[in-house]
Amino acid sequence: MSHGLWALGDPLYAGGVHWAGLLITVIKVLVAFGVLLVSVMLMIWFERKVISDMQARIGPNRAGPFGILQTMADGVKLFFKEDLLPERADRFVFKLAPYLSLVPAFVAFAIVPVGGVVTVASHSFELQVADPPIGILLLLAMSSISVYGVMLAGWSSGSKYPLLGSVRASAQMISYEAALGMTVIMVVLLAGTLSTRGIVDAQAHTFFTSWNLIRTGIVPFFLFMIAITAELNRPPFDLVEAEQELVGGFHTEYASIRFAMFFLAEFMNTITMSAVIVTLFLGGPDGPRFHFLPWLWPVVWFLGKTLVFLFVYVWFRAALPRLRYDQLMDLGWKVLIPLSLAWVLVVAGVLVGRWWGIGVIVALVVAGGLLLRAIRVGSPRAAGIGAEEVGA
Amino acid sequence: MGWLDGLKEDLSFLGGFKVTLEQMARTRVTWQYPLEKKPKPVRQHGRHVLNRYEDGMEKCIGCELCAGVCPADCIYVRGADNPPADPVSPGERYGFVYEINYLRCIHCDMCVEACPTEAITETKLFEFSFTNRADAIYTKDELLVDDEGRPRHMPWEDWRPGDDLHSSAWMRATSPSGNAAYEGRVQWSGELGYGVRPPEGGQSAMRDDAATGNLPLRQVLRLHLDDAERTPDQRGMAGAMRRLRERADMRRAAHDRRKSQ
Repeated sequence: MSHGLWALGDPLYAGGVHWAGLLITVIKVLVAFGVLLVSVMLMIWFERKVISDMQARIGPNRAGPFGILQTMADGVKLFFKEDLLPERADRFVFKLAPYLSLVPAFVAFAIVPVGGVVTVASHSFELQVADPPIGILLLLAMSSISVYGVMLAGWSSGSKYPLLGSVRASAQMISYEAALGMTVIMVVLLAGTLSTRGIVDAQAHTFFTSWNLIRTGIVPFFLFMIAITAELNRPPFDLVEAEQELVGGFHTEYASIRFAMFFLAEFMNTITMSAVIVTLFLGGPDGPRFHFLPWLWPVVWFLGKTLVFLFVYVWFRAALPRLRYDQLMDLGWKVLIPLSLAWVLVVAGVLVGRWWGIGVIVALVVAGGLLLRAIRVGSPRAAGIGAEEVGA
Repeated sequence: MGWLDGLKEDLSFLGGFKVTLEQMARTRVTWQYPLEKKPKPVRQHGRHVLNRYEDGMEKCIGCELCAGVCPADCIYVRGADNPPADPVSPGERYGFVYEINYLRCIHCDMCVEACPTEAITETKLFEFSFTNRADAIYTKDELLVDDEGRPRHMPWEDWRPGDDLHSSAWMRATSPSGNAAYEGRVQWSGELGYGVRPPEGGQSAMRDDAATGNLPLRQVLRLHLDDAERTPDQRGMAGAMRRLRERADMRRAAHDRRKSQ
């Protein structure tokens, strides 16, 4: 296989670029765009329904069957609201910010493999919008860019609460991006490639046991889950838009369709990140296939797994109270980052060889013990009590 | 085991996941309000009606006692002498103008207590939403019961047939003047015949709770009690099932009533 400039891993481009390939790509983009928009609509409805179930309420049930068109009604309402622009706002940046959070949310989904390879009229292509060799790096880049959307929205509003919200946002996202990157590194180490298709293929041997969830040793999965939740600004890490403290946070000054775009981006990111977790840790579209409609089963498996995580996000929101800001920073810097660093070393060591793995684990246990001891000695001193008084 | 307890406490937030999942399995307590309505308490204070005697004469004599006692100052009455050829009420005078402003009325029922002829009583109808202030002021034509003794149905009022039951004949919980001989007997004057409610009994054995719909407070509040406060037959899973069944019966009865009318 010759890797030229256009050889992006998708078999569609194996024979160079041709009009049929371009057409298929355009169709893939349009379908993905449409499906994403509709799924955001359904996600908002799903979230409202599930959370009302968890609070023994009924939830939206007026618009359409089971209230499924409620999001549509809200969207239409927002469209017809007055488009406010605060007097002290930086006009250009204020208008730019919603797009900065919306566009990366769309782009990030492009790398998620939704299904296997499909052949239509002798053109075979992957069921994913793009399969660039940098793969998962694109996701990290996009999630970082969407921070700009939040930050600039808060800053350009010319108002203090949005500014506070966006300052929190930038600090929070930077803190958790380190742990996020570290867990991604483990997956990349195991798969030996950055391409999401490659990561999925590396997991597709046996159902469940070959998934990265098991192969990385479960803990990174939870680290990733927590880091992603913080990255998404979803409860319990929704300090950015803490209604009770910040009057809504960074989007306080936004109204009408710009306001809607922030929420479109937020829910789209939720869907994207659920899909990414499935891709990185749960084998993506991997699962048993049957002879009936063989191309459909991977898609069904992918959607099913994603739906589980969408439910889990809603469950988080219903079950967990919002963290205080110092708790958030403690969790990020004192727990997630050291733990993910240590786990990266273990995974790397085990990959090199058994004795390397054991050596790393022993070294980490010793280092961790020393660290805990140091903290135990240090904290009374920091509180102004002599170390000898507590018998250290 | 200090650190283990500490860990347990640190992870206690996980209990929230259990609680929320349990909630999902529970039955919803929501009533789909405009579609299904709760049966109203027998003594609910809704909007007023002006009653008439069995022969069609108005009970109001234009004495203005209701207007005088009204703490919200929402009643305006002007009496006039009865035309001798065609009297409106039995007696010397009648209510020529009678208006109640429902933007002010607090439904305290003091006008009903003040009325010497039981001309004004309160129905259980409270679901009216006006779109202008003129509609909020009910005139005498609107307050007066129709030829069958029923309240008139204004276009902005939301009530179904049957909601206007027991709209007249004001009631006493005890016998008049504490005289036990009168307990349980209808003491009020004749009505056009619609909505006369059975008298409530006092504390004696003569009370007929099924007829008056008078429930003990504990039974009324049953849905809102903690388990420990309930009577033994209402406790635990069996009690919850019993209450569910009762609720279903209540809804079915309301549904049937709506259908049959």
